[in-house]
Amino acid sequence: MAVSREEVLRVAALARLRLEPAEVERFTAQLNSILDHIGALDRVQGAAPQSGEPVDWPAPQRDDSGVPDALAFPPAELAPAWEDGFFAVPRLPALDAAALEDAFEDKARVEDVSRSHPRREEGAGES
Amino acid sequence: MSARVPLLPAIAEDVAAGRRSAVEIARAALAAIREADGTPEAGLNAFLSAGGDAVEEAAAAVDETIRRGEASGPLAGVPVAVKDNLCTVAFPTTCGSRILEGYRSPFDATVVRRLRDAGAVIVGKTNLDEFAMGSSTENSAFGPTRNPHDRTRVPGGSSGGSAAAVAAGLVPAALGSDTGGSVRQPAAFCGIVGIKPTYGRVSRYGLVAFASSLDQVGTFGRTVYDATLLLQTIAGPDPLDSTAAATPVPDWLADLDAGADGLVVGVPREFFPPELDPRIARLCHDAAERLAAAGADVREVSLPHTEYAIPTYYVIAPAEASSNLARYDGVRYGLRAPGADSAVAVYEATRSLGFGAEVKRRIMLGTYALSAGYYDQYYGTAQRVRGLIARDFREVFATGVHVLLTPTTPSVAFRLGEKLEDPYQMYLADIFTVTANLAGVPALSLPIGTVDGLPVGGQLIADRWQEGVMVRAAAALERALAG
Amino acid sequence: MSTMQWEPVIGLEVHVQLATSTKLFCADSAEFGAAPNSHVCPVCLGLPGALPVVNRRAVELGVRAALGLNCTVHEVSRFARKNYFYPDLPKGYQITQFEQPIATGGWLEVEERDGSVHRVRIRRIHLEEDAGKSLHDRLPGRTAIDLNRAGVPLIEIVTEPDLRSPAGARAWLTQLKQVLEYLEVSDCDMEKGSLRVDANVSVRPAGSAEFGTKTEVKNMNSFSAVEKALAFEIARQTDLLERGGTVVHETLLWDAARGEARPMRSKEESHDYRYFTDPDLPALVVDRAEIERIRAALPELPAARARRFRDQYGLPAYDAGVLTATRELADYYEAVAARAGDAKAASNWVMTDVLGWLNQQQCALSELRVSPEGLADLIRMVAKGTISATMGRRVFMRMAETGRSAADIVQAEGLAQVSDEAQLEQWADEVLAAYPAELERYRSGEERLFGFFMGELMKKSRGRADPKRASAILRGKLAPR
Repeated sequence: MAVSREEVLRVAALARLRLEPAEVERFTAQLNSILDHIGALDRVQGAAPQSGEPVDWPAPQRDDSGVPDALAFPPAELAPAWEDGFFAVPRLPALDAAALEDAFEDKARVEDVSRSHPRREEGAGES
Repeated sequence: MSARVPLLPAIAEDVAAGRRSAVEIARAALAAIREADGTPEAGLNAFLSAGGDAVEEAAAAVDETIRRGEASGPLAGVPVAVKDNLCTVAFPTTCGSRILEGYRSPFDATVVRRLRDAGAVIVGKTNLDEFAMGSSTENSAFGPTRNPHDRTRVPGGSSGGSAAAVAAGLVPAALGSDTGGSVRQPAAFCGIVGIKPTYGRVSRYGLVAFASSLDQVGTFGRTVYDATLLLQTIAGPDPLDSTAAATPVPDWLADLDAGADGLVVGVPREFFPPELDPRIARLCHDAAERLAAAGADVREVSLPHTEYAIPTYYVIAPAEASSNLARYDGVRYGLRAPGADSAVAVYEATRSLGFGAEVKRRIMLGTYALSAGYYDQYYGTAQRVRGLIARDFREVFATGVHVLLTPTTPSVAFRLGEKLEDPYQMYLADIFTVTANLAGVPALSLPIGTVDGLPVGGQLIADRWQEGVMVRAAAALERALAG
Repeated sequence: MSTMQWEPVIGLEVHVQLATSTKLFCADSAEFGAAPNSHVCPVCLGLPGALPVVNRRAVELGVRAALGLNCTVHEVSRFARKNYFYPDLPKGYQITQFEQPIATGGWLEVEERDGSVHRVRIRRIHLEEDAGKSLHDRLPGRTAIDLNRAGVPLIEIVTEPDLRSPAGARAWLTQLKQVLEYLEVSDCDMEKGSLRVDANVSVRPAGSAEFGTKTEVKNMNSFSAVEKALAFEIARQTDLLERGGTVVHETLLWDAARGEARPMRSKEESHDYRYFTDPDLPALVVDRAEIERIRAALPELPAARARRFRDQYGLPAYDAGVLTATRELADYYEAVAARAGDAKAASNWVMTDVLGWLNQQQCALSELRVSPEGLADLIRMVAKGTISATMGRRVFMRMAETGRSAADIVQAEGLAQVSDEAQLEQWADEVLAAYPAELERYRSGEERLFGFFMGELMKKSRGRADPKRASAILRGKLAPR
């Protein structure tokens, strides 16, 4: 059950953690040690009819009305960067801005344009 | 040994009768806090924030209510400390992390609202392991808290600040959170009472999530009565939390002193392994004998999957945590690392700068356990074993056992820095406490003696929704130990 | 030139915003168009400590959509977390449904132009929350995030790859939108983003059972764009394969201005969403009785309603199609037909006058000031001969302009048809006396001048002359002596 350094880097990237080289070494060793202990679970046989999930009631459903839990102050006061009513981040690199300039109207689909991740294949098409 | 006389009702009565003012009590608490807490390097360092106008105003409001002759609430004027992973508008909520340093929550946690409605005065927020991940409060970004019984030792974790504050007499009661033992273990190390309720008994709305299916808000007090009264005040249904049960809360204090007569106490053999300090084992057996003398029927039982609890916990908790902590990205609140020139850099720099090593370690572990190709092997397997652990408890309670009696921790409080080398050694500190979180059952720790002058905790565990019988057994044991 | 025939294979993923008042997991308003970041609370901001609570109406609308699309609705379904990082995804995960969606195994048929019926299977429908909006041109050098839309309830409808042409995809989407409007689960407005379409497309040799490599096409903002984008991509893939190349599995964005689909330039993010059951939400339960209650309350769906219009009202297929284009129009028509007692006449009036008016005025049926009862009364007035059909059309326009009843307008403006023979004779005499030259030409054989005399007579009567009687009287006077 050895986790390689490359694997650790892949996982760190997935979790948006940037690790120093020394950290990578340390984490690789520590993760391997922890996963070693966790390997004991492979010895456990059987399954209970009920899952260990502690909640045995259905999801409560609320009415489509009312007001949300109030904010004591507006989101502008929380934001590290706020301008003109928006949260601001450095411009996302996923777009060919010049080419798609025409497409940039204030419409809902603009966010689709910016998504850089294809969806996982739970959808249409073959496997 | 814990003081037998409850502290909370006396304070509330004095305030309600006008014999003491909430403002005086709050100021006295704050003065004690300032003196004992000192600097992160030298003092107790139990509090991350305390005092301020909000405290004065809250206390003054309570006094005003009394002056006007209106109903004042069961905790009128009682100064309470709240762990810094519970959201408060009046104080910052840092979760012991740089990534939320200075963060002000725009809403109060439900339990905080309930404390205020009961007339309690929240005097400050207490130190914790970062995002509640740890067993010593050494993982805080703002320095460790020290054990009031021995300043070279840890108070336990992750709710070390709240436990130390109560143990040092700075406040008579405090809120913590317990995901794998984070209320019970510090209660044991600090010589006070700590209660983790049934999963779903107390609202998690406003408790900053670590592991959603394991987290519960818990209470600390000097006596079983105090910890139970605090729990009674905050427990119950909440429409803002889908995992808070609609089950009504019984009056746990009504039968608190009913005694041990007729109680069936199970002692699970798996909780007395070789690594348990034999002096702690002796104190537990002693406690069992005292309960028997008080009329309980004590018998040996078995929870066969106990040895798999730590590995199970250390897959499920980090997995859920890795997802719960994804929201800390520097975009909408909290720390944003300076100088990041792209959106991706904002994320990476903020999270790398803002999270400590243990948090990063658990995020990595959790991300790995959920990732494609490993899900079945780790997360899927751990969920399956969790089911078996929960079944162990169901089966034991089904035989007529009311409560289980176990040690809370395998050792007394260890020294600062002692367990920082190997993370898994630190994880083993939770060996007796994690099963209750995995099974969602209520559990409590109370002082049962000392070893080398340091407090030892005994744990009582009951079936889901059976806090009543659990605190009754605890009170009986508390009484028996007081002699 | 290739002799190989290639068959396109298309599947669609359609995201539909549900017509609830509040969001899926919190009570913020789900309404479109508010000032940025004004419909936000701890839950949809993803603040530390916030927790989701399900909106029952979103569940109801999701079930209604599933039943209307012939799906099996599952009494127990679960929410899952889809974990990825994006600035407009506040929690760093989207709450969706993965292994246990609320519905599976449905279908929707569409009638092709040649009359054949094509059934497209629906693999699954699941509930999920929408993300916020990222605006890239709003703030220079930065991306602006608006979280009003974060948490708005969606259903995702995923089809099997059963479509075989861009036109077919467009027709099917049109049918889907119509069904969803009938069900009142969404306003399905692509302009507002309440309906969004992504397509998966591949090609294969005709007759082959294997699937080719598919690509995903996004950023199509209308059904027309879907058709064009699919046509483009099919042509591109076909061309590539014919030249011996291979299709790469990638995501392409449709650029409507340039008429081309281009691969997304950014580095592909890992597909690893690390789905797991959301521990903040217990199982979603919709019991059998509730499902049946929703099923019993389903409205008659467009295809069934059109069929009934053909059978019950004897309308041709085309007319039935037009009149059932929306539920509102179909309801309007039936109310008119019932009160007027003449389904055919009602059909003519609705299709020509009502739709003509709405089209000319560029307004919606809901804004029409002529009620079904009002129109029916007008139709009966014409049938009784109180006014002529031509006059009736003008009266309708006056009704639409003023909101007054037909009777009021006819009376106030003296528009009642004149059938009195004496009056008609008088007008006819006056007209013929006024145009002796034309009369002479008529008598010399220019019979088409009859139309001229009729026109003059109608003008003289201000349109009120009963055309049939007037015509008969005029003919009588013009008859050779």
